[in-house]
Amino acid sequence: MKKILVEKDSYYDSVFLMLINKEVKQYDGVKDAVVSMGTDVNIELLKEMGLTNQEVESATPNDLIIAVEAESEEVADKAIQSAKELLNKKKSESTDTDEYRPVSLDSAIEMLPDANMVVISVPGAFAAREVRKALNKNLHVMLFSDNVSLEDEIELKKLAEERGLLMMGPDCGTAIINGKPLCFANVIKRGNIGLVAASGTGLQEVTCSIDKFGGGITQGIGTGGRDLKNSDVGGRMMLMGIEALKNDPETKVIVVISKPPAEDVAKKVINKLRETGKPCVIHFIGLKPGAQEGNLYYASNLEEAAGMAVALAKGEKYEKRVFTIPESEVEAIVKRETANMSKEQKYLRGLYTGGTLADEAMILFEEEIGNIYSNNQTKPELVLKDPHVSQGHTIVDLGDDVFTVGRPHPMIDPSTREERIVKEMEDPEMAVMLLDMVLGYGSHEDPAGAILDSLRKAKERFRERGGYLSIVASITGTAGDFQNMEEQKKKLESIGCVVMPSNYQASMLALKIIREVAK
Amino acid sequence: MNVKPINELFKKELVVINMGLESFAENLRDVNVKVLQMNWKPPAGGNKKISSLLARLGR
Repeated sequence: MKKILVEKDSYYDSVFLMLINKEVKQYDGVKDAVVSMGTDVNIELLKEMGLTNQEVESATPNDLIIAVEAESEEVADKAIQSAKELLNKKKSESTDTDEYRPVSLDSAIEMLPDANMVVISVPGAFAAREVRKALNKNLHVMLFSDNVSLEDEIELKKLAEERGLLMMGPDCGTAIINGKPLCFANVIKRGNIGLVAASGTGLQEVTCSIDKFGGGITQGIGTGGRDLKNSDVGGRMMLMGIEALKNDPETKVIVVISKPPAEDVAKKVINKLRETGKPCVIHFIGLKPGAQEGNLYYASNLEEAAGMAVALAKGEKYEKRVFTIPESEVEAIVKRETANMSKEQKYLRGLYTGGTLADEAMILFEEEIGNIYSNNQTKPELVLKDPHVSQGHTIVDLGDDVFTVGRPHPMIDPSTREERIVKEMEDPEMAVMLLDMVLGYGSHEDPAGAILDSLRKAKERFRERGGYLSIVASITGTAGDFQNMEEQKKKLESIGCVVMPSNYQASMLALKIIREVAK
Repeated sequence: MNVKPINELFKKELVVINMGLESFAENLRDVNVKVLQMNWKPPAGGNKKISSLLARLGR
């Protein structure tokens, strides 16, 4: 029994609708459900599911669609009713507690004349025009939205350049400006290290590590992933960010993080950093670090970038090392984790929510043991045939588009990873499960708690089969984050997970375990 | 390279207009940032043709 309701002119944001969608899907007797706005993509999806009618086909992105397939008409009606109640509750909550909400940027500026930043997360197709308006009003912009065209990005960054404004994005998930976390970011102590990053989780991991090492930051500027990758964007926002940090008297050390940049862009960035005269730490994820040269220091992983920056900021010498716990303790963990594994257990399974963290682990393993399968692989022969199914050593980025169609990012909604854990535990060849746990604003309130039950079951499943599953995790977070990092750690440790201080150290430990079982 | 407005921003209190996902505004309030949530809607009721016309007119 299929039922569809289209409500004209009632706009809700996509993350909120995905959460409602999840609730409706779980309704007893409901086979499938879609609660979404009438965008072209959503209408296409509904057509594929056979949940369509004339009203759906002529819906606009401003129209709400609730479509339900249920075992009976009664259930379908009730499910639609419950969706409407949840939506209404939301509406009355926002009108009760908040002041008038302006529809246009002009009236928003009138209401808040001292505004200096606009955070934009509207659907990509509409984002560029809003950014243009904001820049023309001399407001800095953080553009969280993705699906913004390259042409638009270039044009908007040129405009920002003319006006000397920040245009962080598109697809910029993380920034910390004047100590305030924007979108997906952690609470980091203030200090004297300034960062510019073309990677959201990369910036989160480095700033959290800086905090753990007793350092602090001035600014964490995001640029969006294409800023350095594409020669036509040309690192415009990166170069402006570096210039601003150079001029900033509070910033003593500059850190730059990016996925591998285009060659000409890398040169420009390095020259710019040289000109600053300040100590600069560079980490291009996946590129071999260069030798130290004047004020330029190259880090080989995210945690090292933080370690180097903190040492430079304190005027100390950086001591290169892999683990922050004694080597003997590491050996003891490896011994303990491998003691009860069965003969067939040999593979690594990295189940990641942070894309850059997945890349960091993948690159590390690739250097050390060769072939790693992943949906993030650049080598075609090592791309997972089916991203939903692991093969050999696998590191999967669960934040990839293939996993997030119609559902929130796994940092917000841990169920994507939970389902994968349940699937993975049936593979007796898995030896180590490697996990990231990203805390901070934007992320789920209890990422460890949400998957704890399935992790426990996975461990039990291996015990039943006469083996032992090693689970190694790291937490990207600080003592200031609202999720309570210590609690998260305790939860994981309570079921026998090994929690390491960084993604780098967690990956290196997992590597040692894999090597040990291969002996 | 002109980045004066960025360096000026570094010296000011951050004051934010949030256009889109409401949770971003809630998080900012949590850390005592003055923030105004907009009631953003797709322009021209989501009609792409009219919307791009409006954009070209600078509206």
